[in-house]
Amino acid sequence: MTTIGVPREIRAGERLVAATPKTVGQLRALGYDVVVEAGAGAEATFSDAAYEAAGAVVGDATQVWGSDVVTAVGAPWGTQVDAMRPGAVLVAMLQPATRADLLEKLAARRVTALSLDAVPRISRAQSLDVLSTLSNVAGYRAVIEAAEQYGGMFAGQVTAAGKTPPAKVFVIGAGVAGLAAIGAADSLGAQVRAFDVRPEVGEQIESMGAAFVRADQAQQQVSADGYASALTDEQERLTAEVYARETADADVVITTALVRGQAPRTITAEMVAGMRPGSVIVDLAASGGGNCELTVPGERVVTDNGVVIVGWTDLAGRLPQHTSQLFGTNVVHLMQLLTPGKDGALVLDLDDPVQRGMTVTSAGELMWPPPPVAVSAAMPGPSDNAPTAEELARAEQVAHEAAARRRQRRTVGFGLAAVLVTLAISFAPPAFLGHFTVFVLAVVVGFYVISNVSHSLHTPLMAQTNAISGIILVGALLQIGSSDPLVTVLACIAAAVASINIFGGFLVANRMIRMFRKDA
Amino acid sequence: MTLTSLAQAVYVLAALLFVLSLAGLSRQESARRGNALGMVGMVLALAATIALSLDASERPASATAALIGVVLLVGAVVGTWQARRVEMTQMPELIAILHSFVGLAAVLVGYNSFLTESAPDAVHLVEVFLGVLIGAVTFTGSVVAFLKLSARIPSAPLTLPGRNWMNLGALVASAGLMWWFIAAHSVVPLILMTVVALALGWHLVASIGGGDMPVVVSMLNSYSGWAAAAAGFMLSNDLLIVTGALVGSSGAILSYIMCRAMNRSFVSVILGGFGTSEGTVVASDHDYGEHREVSAVDVADMLRDARRVIVTPGYGMAVAKAQYPVAELVAKLRARGVEVRFGVHPVAGRLPGHMNVLLAEAKVPYDIVLEMDEINDDFGDTDVVLVIGANDTVNPAALDDPGSPIAGMPVLEVWHAKQVIVFKRSMATGYAGVQNPLFFRDNTSMLFGDAKEQTEKIVHAV
Repeated sequence: MTTIGVPREIRAGERLVAATPKTVGQLRALGYDVVVEAGAGAEATFSDAAYEAAGAVVGDATQVWGSDVVTAVGAPWGTQVDAMRPGAVLVAMLQPATRADLLEKLAARRVTALSLDAVPRISRAQSLDVLSTLSNVAGYRAVIEAAEQYGGMFAGQVTAAGKTPPAKVFVIGAGVAGLAAIGAADSLGAQVRAFDVRPEVGEQIESMGAAFVRADQAQQQVSADGYASALTDEQERLTAEVYARETADADVVITTALVRGQAPRTITAEMVAGMRPGSVIVDLAASGGGNCELTVPGERVVTDNGVVIVGWTDLAGRLPQHTSQLFGTNVVHLMQLLTPGKDGALVLDLDDPVQRGMTVTSAGELMWPPPPVAVSAAMPGPSDNAPTAEELARAEQVAHEAAARRRQRRTVGFGLAAVLVTLAISFAPPAFLGHFTVFVLAVVVGFYVISNVSHSLHTPLMAQTNAISGIILVGALLQIGSSDPLVTVLACIAAAVASINIFGGFLVANRMIRMFRKDA
Repeated sequence: MTLTSLAQAVYVLAALLFVLSLAGLSRQESARRGNALGMVGMVLALAATIALSLDASERPASATAALIGVVLLVGAVVGTWQARRVEMTQMPELIAILHSFVGLAAVLVGYNSFLTESAPDAVHLVEVFLGVLIGAVTFTGSVVAFLKLSARIPSAPLTLPGRNWMNLGALVASAGLMWWFIAAHSVVPLILMTVVALALGWHLVASIGGGDMPVVVSMLNSYSGWAAAAAGFMLSNDLLIVTGALVGSSGAILSYIMCRAMNRSFVSVILGGFGTSEGTVVASDHDYGEHREVSAVDVADMLRDARRVIVTPGYGMAVAKAQYPVAELVAKLRARGVEVRFGVHPVAGRLPGHMNVLLAEAKVPYDIVLEMDEINDDFGDTDVVLVIGANDTVNPAALDDPGSPIAGMPVLEVWHAKQVIVFKRSMATGYAGVQNPLFFRDNTSMLFGDAKEQTEKIVHAV
């Protein structure tokens, strides 16, 4: 039986845990045993008893780190790697790009390490992307932090004591965090504006309830891997103008711009100086150095002109309960991918780009960096072979002409048919003409009457018309009296089936119609 | 005033009542009155006809009266028994078999009309011939539709080589036989044509797949009307002509509505074979990514937290008979203050309006059951959409992918909602054989298993 160990995070200020009682149940359903370190979930309000109730064993650090699989939030510290068994699997956010020393240590220990922050950005892998999870929570929390620092209400008020305007929130970067921030600010009642250098996210911004700040020349084309890329000088200058204009007008600025782990400078000290006293900047990129020039990572600073700059680096950890739950579910999704048989047997498939991308060490070898994954995370945007505007216009014209030709042909066809029918009728006996007139008029009446029938009543309508078409019974009844026995027999059969139709059709239509009831 | 002219007057009244009856069915509020008017019209028409029949009887009137009494009694007993017993999920089958009765009656009346007429003119012969032709096609077509809908034979389309030529050949042969019939006044060509027409009706419907059944059933509805109208021509009976024409145009409009809802021409549906030639090939060569599964308990959580929910049912709901737990779930959610509505695609189910009847049966109020056009703009404001047993009618490929076999078909745009839950038995493709990119969207989760059981679990957990 394979055992999954869930350690207590010992890094200062870390409140998250890599499994919750709920995800423990899901891991056990995959066939694993789970050992949770005592007190692992305490900061996230999950008690040891709750883990035990979900089927986990509560153990000490040695037991947990000695498990076959260890799932943690942050990278292991100090001697924790030495406590791991050779051949064990480690799942955590390992920051492989900057922690070469750690990777070497893991490889030397022959630990297979999967880095949760190296999930390739392809849609298939999204369910195990913890960075999306953390960004989402951080974006939400950024708004809450801003609301705490801001001296006013986010929603505009109209009261007997006068009115206050809604807060103006400006969000830079419409990634997962930015969109979450837009949603949270919008639902608090603020007026939200948002900017992103990728023009194609405008629709997403608007769908979350913000106005999209457009600056056509400043915005760039979509990149192949779904992340924003660095800007050209000209774009940079135009973007800076947008930022200066928007920040000066905003009460709250939330910056989320991270280009491959690095935080570009988007807000200069000059722009901050142009903001109103009491305004708030929340810098989600503080961990990468900050988008704002004056951000101090991990600190709250107040500038000379009274602008509050919040540089917390643990925004997601400030909502430990839900973040742990979401993080734990990401881990469960990963384990589902690694456990194709759902039998507690972990199978690592290095041909799968998702698993290969996350694997940083395996069997004593360094596996970082992985080969690039050539799948676009962005929506299929305009590509080289897409039809140009002229081609589209031409195609439209062709379709137009074809439609016109079709109409013409149809008119001619109808005309011909009308002439033929008229000729045919003029040869028919007068008695037939009378019947035919009745027939044509009845068809027209039927057309208008039925066109009005509500869609929901189509089934009762069919039953009703069915019953009515049992009127053919009239024909059969008139023939029953014939002296020819064959005719009588045929007429009796016809009358019997037609009358089944009449009774069955009317009654079933009635039964259905009576079922329709209005909301009381 | 003779009996005949009195009967004619009653017929006019009956025809008028039938028109009013169908007009009454246009809205739920007046539907019961419409139903009742139809019954009154029918009683009047039959009373007048029985009087006429007794008056013109060539054998003692009492014998004829006894025969009529017996026949009507048989019809009443069987018809009532059927109407009482049928389940709403079986409604398409019942409607189909009832159509076949009209077809059969039309054939028999046509033969009688030929046998009783001693010196028929050409016009009358043409009327008889066409009446029998339409009746025979309706009869076997409806029988096949009944067998397919009741799953007594597989609903997959029968694709014989050169099937369109066979249909055309049958029509040409019938035209030739009509020529012979008019020239010879003989019953032989009539019988030959009946055989050909019966085969044609069989083949016509056999080559149409299960998902096109809404069109087929309404088409047969239309045919049964035309058959009655043709009988009216041969008997010189205006009541039959009017009623047949009403029913015929009614079925034709329903067929047209269904075809438009699938963005397909009537001809392409009739020619059949959809989903076999073009559909399956397109589906496979695209990596759609991976779908995500959820459990019934998670869905219950989402529903509890949702403010606006839309349910889009499809044929799968009818198959699983899940309408009762669905209705229970909806009632429970509404009691909690969640706004729940239904979005019904015009071709959902196997009969026009099939979903509406099923939901009405489960006591869902009809004013929360909306049509596609009424609800399509609201998905953006919706928290959770439950897609129960629907597939092609919620396929975004119809709008995004011009190469898709269902391109251009109007669909329920469920993917605009925050979260979409798809109830499905497996990842198999829908009727059209087209893969559904909806299942792989980021905001879609799959709930596998029997729709009824899963819904009951959700009801339990909410």
